[in-house]
Amino acid sequence: MEMTYRSEDRYLTIQLSGELDHHAAKNLMDSIDRLLEQTLPVKTFLDLGELSFMDSSGIAVVLRAKRRMEALSGNLVVINIPRQAARVLETAGLGRYVDLL
Amino acid sequence: MKARSTNYIIFEFLSRSANEGFARGAVACFAAQLDPTLEELGDIKTAVSEAVTNAIVHAYPDTLGRIFIKARVLEDNILEIVVQDWGKGIPDVEQARQPLYTTGGEERSGMGFTIMESFMDRLYVRSVPGKGTKVTMRRRIKPRRTGL
Repeated sequence: MEMTYRSEDRYLTIQLSGELDHHAAKNLMDSIDRLLEQTLPVKTFLDLGELSFMDSSGIAVVLRAKRRMEALSGNLVVINIPRQAARVLETAGLGRYVDLL
Repeated sequence: MKARSTNYIIFEFLSRSANEGFARGAVACFAAQLDPTLEELGDIKTAVSEAVTNAIVHAYPDTLGRIFIKARVLEDNILEIVVQDWGKGIPDVEQARQPLYTTGGEERSGMGFTIMESFMDRLYVRSVPGKGTKVTMRRRIKPRRTGL
């Protein structure tokens, strides 16, 4: 699991790659928390395009990032969702709470 | 559940989260002999990942313990996966299977059993508090006509 990001004019893009499971999720959540505190974005794009695997741990990561963005009065959009990750997010009905593109 | 099996693997590992990737990967490699589609393989990996994570997080919350996996090929192209632990057990299995129910806090989503149920054809959960939990999942892999 690797995370890279770029921040410009308080628009933040976080790119995840590799496998997002419970083992990876704890550190990832902490990293995203810190990044949001540092960059204070108005909009965050969470790019899942390079994820080769994601289980329900990813749902918790997305929901937490969404809550943190709401606390900053910003919003979160999840983009480039691979098919396997999409099946997990759809099963959780996450589209009702988070913008999935 | 008596069923004739044509092949199986058995492995056991310590309930460290670093082993989650190995566990789902090993089952996926075994499943490959049934010629699954990428989507079927993804479903199997996800279901195994959920079962193993449950065992790590809930069966052995404050300790390390054994997690046992048996995967079998049954007649009619069915893959059966058993994930067993000897941990705390689940007091109320019906409740645990409800979507969004979790005792794992903000780090968990409560969707593990829901995903196992949706991604597999069958899910059986047997749990005895103080003794452990055995999750049995089955998925039929649709036979495909491959390169003539």
